[in-house]
Amino acid sequence: MQISFKNAFIAAILTAVIVTPVFGLHLTRQGAQTIMAPNWNIVLIAMAVVFVGQLLRPWLALPFKALRSALPVLPASPARGNKWIIALAIAAAVIWPFFGGRSSVDIATLVLIYVMLALGLNIVVGFAGLLDLGFVGFYAVGAYTYALLYHWAGWGFWEALPLAGAMSALFGFVLGFPVLRLRGDYLAIVTLGFGEIIRLLLINLNQFTGGPDGISGVPKPTVFGMEMARRSSQEGVSTFHEILGWTFNNQHMVVYLYLMALLLALITLGVSTRLIRMPVGRAWEALREDEIACRSLGLNPTRIKLSAFTLGAMFAGFGGAFFAARQGLVNPESFTFIESALILAIVVLGGMGSQVGVILAAIILTVLPELAREFAEYRMLLFGLVMVLMMMWRPQGLLPMKRPHRELKS
Amino acid sequence: MSDLIPQMSQQIFNGLSLGAIYALIAIGYTMVYGIIGMINFAHGEIYMIGAYVGLVTLTAIGTQSGLPLPFIIGAMLVVAMVVTGVYGYTLERIAYRPVRGSPRLVALISAIGMSIFLQNWVALGQGARDMAVPALMSGAVTFTLGTDFQITMPYSRIMIILVTVVLMIGLTLFIKYSRMGRASRACSQDMHMANLLGIDTNRVISFTFVLGAMLAAVGGVLIAVTIGKLNPFIGFIVGIKAFTAAVLGGIGSIPGAMLGGVLLGLAETFAAAYISSQYKDIVAFGLLVLILLFRPTGLLGKPEVEKV
Repeated sequence: MQISFKNAFIAAILTAVIVTPVFGLHLTRQGAQTIMAPNWNIVLIAMAVVFVGQLLRPWLALPFKALRSALPVLPASPARGNKWIIALAIAAAVIWPFFGGRSSVDIATLVLIYVMLALGLNIVVGFAGLLDLGFVGFYAVGAYTYALLYHWAGWGFWEALPLAGAMSALFGFVLGFPVLRLRGDYLAIVTLGFGEIIRLLLINLNQFTGGPDGISGVPKPTVFGMEMARRSSQEGVSTFHEILGWTFNNQHMVVYLYLMALLLALITLGVSTRLIRMPVGRAWEALREDEIACRSLGLNPTRIKLSAFTLGAMFAGFGGAFFAARQGLVNPESFTFIESALILAIVVLGGMGSQVGVILAAIILTVLPELAREFAEYRMLLFGLVMVLMMMWRPQGLLPMKRPHRELKS
Repeated sequence: MSDLIPQMSQQIFNGLSLGAIYALIAIGYTMVYGIIGMINFAHGEIYMIGAYVGLVTLTAIGTQSGLPLPFIIGAMLVVAMVVTGVYGYTLERIAYRPVRGSPRLVALISAIGMSIFLQNWVALGQGARDMAVPALMSGAVTFTLGTDFQITMPYSRIMIILVTVVLMIGLTLFIKYSRMGRASRACSQDMHMANLLGIDTNRVISFTFVLGAMLAAVGGVLIAVTIGKLNPFIGFIVGIKAFTAAVLGGIGSIPGAMLGGVLLGLAETFAAAYISSQYKDIVAFGLLVLILLFRPTGLLGKPEVEKV
């Protein structure tokens, strides 16, 4: 008892040292002067909380211990009956936006973009076990490919989409080729470097990319060549609502974008689900578990890693092109490291390698901040905290995938 | 043409003072990596917090206090070192010790989470906008070299170099002769064996984090005084660059981190002067990629053998 009191006391003192310069002594600018407004209450409260928390730690830790095993684990291969559930879920996802409000459909579109990106990163991080901190670079390449093709050559979305994916895949291939020999954490830092280099180039190549302002006025996708706008941008060409004889409604565009995002996300999901059952997918997982064993079985690690890296980058490219079309403008601000960290947080939270988990996490991490707008400034703080806590209590994620395996008893 | 050498010496001076900062931060990366083999991604944030604590101390003392300048700067450094030491200790206890022994990526993701957390922690407490640091040392040594090229050496930058050199000598002696220094060298060679020989490895690891954080804080305070402004997000880029410096010198090697820091500072200054200042960050990142590709062990590092 005495020891735990002493520990709690020390922890409270450390808390005071940590909290005081950041929250206790608040600096504000007044004209040219910086003045200090002490707020000791917050320091005392923090100390009290830590003191009590430290004393009660053995009891507080109990529910978290349960967290390790309490949450469900997904079975390795979905049971047969699930087909109907999946079909129903897709049907529901297609139908509801026609009845949903404008803002909720808009948020759902954003969620789907993140689902697509996270599923793409899941191939790299979850399946192949390569920590890619520069994923947003490929997203940027996709977005800028479309924006630049529109800006310089007047291409439309559907013409640019395959090229955006191909361009990102090419970037992934070229950048991945030299770096994939590196070990895990070095790879993480190099990919981070690449992501930053791409962003810095986008800022600095003023004439070509529009610099920090980026490119604006990127057109929305068309429906089989019909424009979805109040008035056509070209003389004598009818728009979507004129041809169908509807009255113009902004909601149409929102729903259309949602359905397209849904389609892209489903394609990403379908392709990655298939891939993981193919020899290449099995090789990714084998490589993630043990590289040396893989090599001794005759697999070529570089080629396998490169395929995961390139495919992941391709999906990021599709996501980027769609993002550019939805946003109507691209600038380097949208492609900072924080974005990479967010996508990574989704994959980590969902459970690396688990697609259902990743989709769930994308919904949680995108919808929660939208619902809790008044806590906007705590958003990133909580992201960071969640990443740390997840690694401590449940590194396998919320809904990890159970792999078919058999333990040998010795 | 005749201005070439004076111009170069000006750039070398600038590069050295910048490199000194990188070296101070890089030591934290290299020591932690040398002992527990993880990249302490949040180390750049410790540097940023050091700079903030320095500014808080300066504001508490007041610019019109009439105290001698060395005392003020000394106080800023000491307070910043104490506070960031506590941060370093707590960081390791909360975020890294529970995941020690997990796969490398688990620890790295935990560190990234901590980095994001600390940035926003300070942004929440002290505001996300730029904060001005009152100028303490505005003068500069100027002299003419060559025909009529003015070389400017601001006092603050001279101070960076002097403080860094003193700390580096102190650190080298400490690691070489003190009991704790010997223990930490033993741990970086073989943690398990060191433990068997009665070294409290947990204490050595904590100590490494505290020492690294303190050196980074010195860098933060010095740069805040020199540049005159700071915000909660300065740590990220500088952290990555300092990591580059550590890798350049050979991660795990303390002299390597010093050398790498100075070389990176020089490379960046020269790139800014002779290519374009907009591309100086690209030069640093490009250098990182190149070293990792062609010489992952760095200049003074030992090759790492992967065993089954």
